[in-house]
Amino acid sequence: MDLEALKQKANDIRIDIVKMVAEAGSGHPGGSLSSADILAALYFGGVLEHDPENPQDPARDRFVLSKGHAAPVLYAALAEAGYFPADELLTLRKLGSRLQGHPDCRKLPGVEVSTGSLGQGLSIAAGMACGLKRQESASTVFALLGDGECQEGQVWEAAMFAAHRGLDNLVAIVDHNHLQIDGSIEDVCSPESLTAKFEAFGWTVLACEGNEMEAVLSALSEAKALRSGAPKVVVADTTKGKGVSFMEGQAGWHGKAPSAEQASQALEELGA
Amino acid sequence: MADKKATRAAYGETLVELANEGVPVVAVEADLSGSTTTKKLGDACPDRLFNTGIAEQDMVGVAAGLALTGHVAFTGSFAVFGTGRVYDQIRNTVCYANLDVKIAPTHAGVSVGPDGGSHQMVEDIALMRVLPNMRVLVPADYAAAKAAIRLAAETPGPVYVRMGRASVPCVYGEDASFELGRAHVLREGSDATVVACGVEIDEALRAAEALAAEGVSVEVIDAFSIKPLDSDTILASVRKTGCVVTAEEHSVIGGLGGAVAELLAEQLPAPLERVGMRDVFGTSGEFEELMAHFKLDAAAIVEAVKKVRERKAVC
Repeated sequence: MDLEALKQKANDIRIDIVKMVAEAGSGHPGGSLSSADILAALYFGGVLEHDPENPQDPARDRFVLSKGHAAPVLYAALAEAGYFPADELLTLRKLGSRLQGHPDCRKLPGVEVSTGSLGQGLSIAAGMACGLKRQESASTVFALLGDGECQEGQVWEAAMFAAHRGLDNLVAIVDHNHLQIDGSIEDVCSPESLTAKFEAFGWTVLACEGNEMEAVLSALSEAKALRSGAPKVVVADTTKGKGVSFMEGQAGWHGKAPSAEQASQALEELGA
Repeated sequence: MADKKATRAAYGETLVELANEGVPVVAVEADLSGSTTTKKLGDACPDRLFNTGIAEQDMVGVAAGLALTGHVAFTGSFAVFGTGRVYDQIRNTVCYANLDVKIAPTHAGVSVGPDGGSHQMVEDIALMRVLPNMRVLVPADYAAAKAAIRLAAETPGPVYVRMGRASVPCVYGEDASFELGRAHVLREGSDATVVACGVEIDEALRAAEALAAEGVSVEVIDAFSIKPLDSDTILASVRKTGCVVTAEEHSVIGGLGGAVAELLAEQLPAPLERVGMRDVFGTSGEFEELMAHFKLDAAAIVEAVKKVRERKAVC
């Protein structure tokens, strides 16, 4: 997929996010919109080796959504890729739906592991990376974390472990949107400097503009290709609520659904 | 006197056997591989032991990742850290996704003795038992522990295996067979049923012997599988004896006593006395001293049997 098509795919994902969260009447639009470009690059930019027709293909790369509350962005990407029918997106959070409020790997194809309790995805991804190395697999494991999530101590237990084991088949991505429920990450309890911390833990650190498709694609591809005995992290600087003017940079849109009126304005801005 | 051996001694060596048999078994440890004996697996197969250091949360997450890549992953550490400290990891990552992770810590109960109340885990059975998808096994001796590790490996999904630090008498022969959801009647009797698990099996057998000398006939059942519980075996015994004592090196709340109380209340109301930790933390002391101090020993079971029989008489 070329760059323009990828940008359009990211926009389609954003449209899906707004529609599904509005229909559900609850959910997390802010951190889903901030990471739409990252998911588009992974699933449609040739970064993640995957096959929607064969979700359990042993040779696939793995993607762990550690920030599980951003389920809408994962569901939108999976539906756009063909893992399940796109009309199912509007069942998000409803009784009987496979699209649970937080991802459930026992229900929905393409979800590698159930997440939602923050701070655990990097450990799981590191365990996957260990398992794949044991099996002499060439696959790469990606894990997407929130920046606020990096306040969880387990993230740093996993960071220490992954570096100690030299897991160069592991790529962490931090959706660095600077906001969490209670406000800015710097005000609540600053995890900064994320880049310096990961470097100190022995990781290879790449930084990029996380809402610029060319930059995202280049950073993720470079991180995947690099196999030098160290785990890699891409700290992607993003804007929470990206693409919807009244949500951008607003912590209040972390976990709130737009009204019907707000949703139509958002969809209009996204050119839906 | 029967040979004595710690249940934890079965852990590492059974993992090595499983590895040699081609089971894709791995262990994830948090700096206690010598104590839990998972080090034996690492010595035999260095690529099968993953040590996260003193990082129990990471231990459970890494085990989950290994399970997701086709491994049968065992976690270690002490029961206090390997369950309570990582309860959310076990709940949300392991059980919610029904992963092939086996939570198998050692040093459960008061058997850690002098380490004191901070290290004496007496709530783990309760914590693990309430989790959907989790199965709970409490082996009474070395042979039962070997079987429990094997059962855990063979059973898809999460299994909790509770092992202790102290050497305990061998109750079972090497050829004893164990199943998920199957209790063992170790001694038949007609006046009272004692359902016990773990280190309490030896205490229960000694209590039954003492009571026999007084003319009281006690049936002793090793629950072994707390979840699923062998309801049929326990109910059949209670229909015969009419009263029950449970005995566990664990809180009387939520563990074996809780499970049996739930079973009786729903299916066969009968007088019940529970021997166990009475809603208290442990304290430093030698294992045998603590068993007496907290009234977990054979003498306490004898008293409980007498009491429950008195209650049966007035029912």
